[in-house]
Amino acid sequence: MISYGHHRYPGRLFVVEGTDGSGKSTQLSLLYQWLKSEGYSVFFSEWNSSPLVKDTTRRAKKRRLFTPTTFSLLHATDFADRTERDIIPPLKAGAIVLADRYIYTAFARDVARGCDRAWVRQVYNFAVKPTAAFFFRAPLDVAIDRISFARPLLKYYEAGMDMDWADDEEESFKIFQGKILEEYDHMVSEFGLTVIDGAQPIRTQQGQMREIVSRYLKENLKEKAVLPQ
Amino acid sequence: MTEMKFYGTALPGIEIGPYSGKLIVIEGTDGVGRSTHVALLRSWLESAGNAVLDTGMTRSVLAGRGIKDARAGHTLGRLTMQLYYATDFADRLENQILPALRAGFIVLTDRYIYSAIARAMVRGVDPEWVRAIYGIALVPDAVYYLRVRSPEELAARVLTSGNAFDYWESGMDLGLGNDYYDSFISYQKLLLKEFDRMSGEYGFKVIDASRPVRRVASALRRSIARVIEDESPKGSGTVKETVKIESQDKAKTA
Repeated sequence: MISYGHHRYPGRLFVVEGTDGSGKSTQLSLLYQWLKSEGYSVFFSEWNSSPLVKDTTRRAKKRRLFTPTTFSLLHATDFADRTERDIIPPLKAGAIVLADRYIYTAFARDVARGCDRAWVRQVYNFAVKPTAAFFFRAPLDVAIDRISFARPLLKYYEAGMDMDWADDEEESFKIFQGKILEEYDHMVSEFGLTVIDGAQPIRTQQGQMREIVSRYLKENLKEKAVLPQ
Repeated sequence: MTEMKFYGTALPGIEIGPYSGKLIVIEGTDGVGRSTHVALLRSWLESAGNAVLDTGMTRSVLAGRGIKDARAGHTLGRLTMQLYYATDFADRLENQILPALRAGFIVLTDRYIYSAIARAMVRGVDPEWVRAIYGIALVPDAVYYLRVRSPEELAARVLTSGNAFDYWESGMDLGLGNDYYDSFISYQKLLLKEFDRMSGEYGFKVIDASRPVRRVASALRRSIARVIEDESPKGSGTVKETVKIESQDKAKTA
């Protein structure tokens, strides 16, 4: 097993992080369009997308079977499958991989739920260190506003209802997101996250992101080089 | 009462305090007879008046089915496999094992974290990583390692039981042999080596499982009786006494 920070692959891995409603997914899809149009070979990897784990996660959420520990471990299982299947192979082949949420999401959420900080980091020690990790930092009220217009109904675990912080879902969600944001702030220096001010106009944020990403791009990452005809 | 001791950091959100039950682990490689002995122990313990919970790998409500499906597909990566089993373990620990121990049950578990560690080692997974994950595990009251001398012995047992060699039990994902038999032998040999290595580290009580079932069963009973009696110094309702009663009953009915 190769541990975090020790993988050496020709490809590039860019990840976006942030609380719900921080605008990170919007930014990542804009980045994806741009990289595609520039001729790069790009793969997209989403949080919670392993086919091996999906049914188990769905059932557990529906039946409320999770504890903080099993929530953490099942998400780590999902992430391991993604790493072994969707992330390492394209990176080895010299492609660009974009990940919507990465290990920092787990660190933020699981620690907010009471898991031991060091333990969660050890569990994810197999992860590939990203080329750059963008943390979209939006003020809590802005993020919550955006969410409530996009998705009016908060789900049980998403709202942190399993933690008994509050009886009301919206109240619980706010407490949870506050704790998550606090964890993210701690991780900025620990993992060298690139902070993007999520309150700026979308185009401004995208410009900043592209500027940073382009520093790591080389001609040989383009599709023609990856897939010789 | 026993104080809860964990290998590493305890789970969040659980009540850590003394428990009145006993956690007894039956470990060993595939085909060594673990489930037979768990079943025999269970009825022996129950007839002596002990409440017993038995559990084992992939039997969690949360992840059991998912693991079985993933195994069937033969597409489980080695890290993914480890974490899926760890999820299964954590679910059983929190929802079955710890509550039962608090309620004074004797928990018999068919495999514990050691099988998972052995499998990881054989697959070249970082030992520190696996041990860190299983830092959440409660240190058992006793671990019995059913040991056989050779992998050929295990192969014979698998065949006697009427089963074919299983893909994962044969370590087919590792590409160790040309067919299931060769692979099984090579894989189980590696596992035996890992178990032997862990024996001292984790203080296994080694039981020679090459002997007939009856002999192995009585060796287990003798040792487990001591583990249980530790707890009841007043000597009320000890296992030995009830065993005598049981045999008297049998004599009567005979």
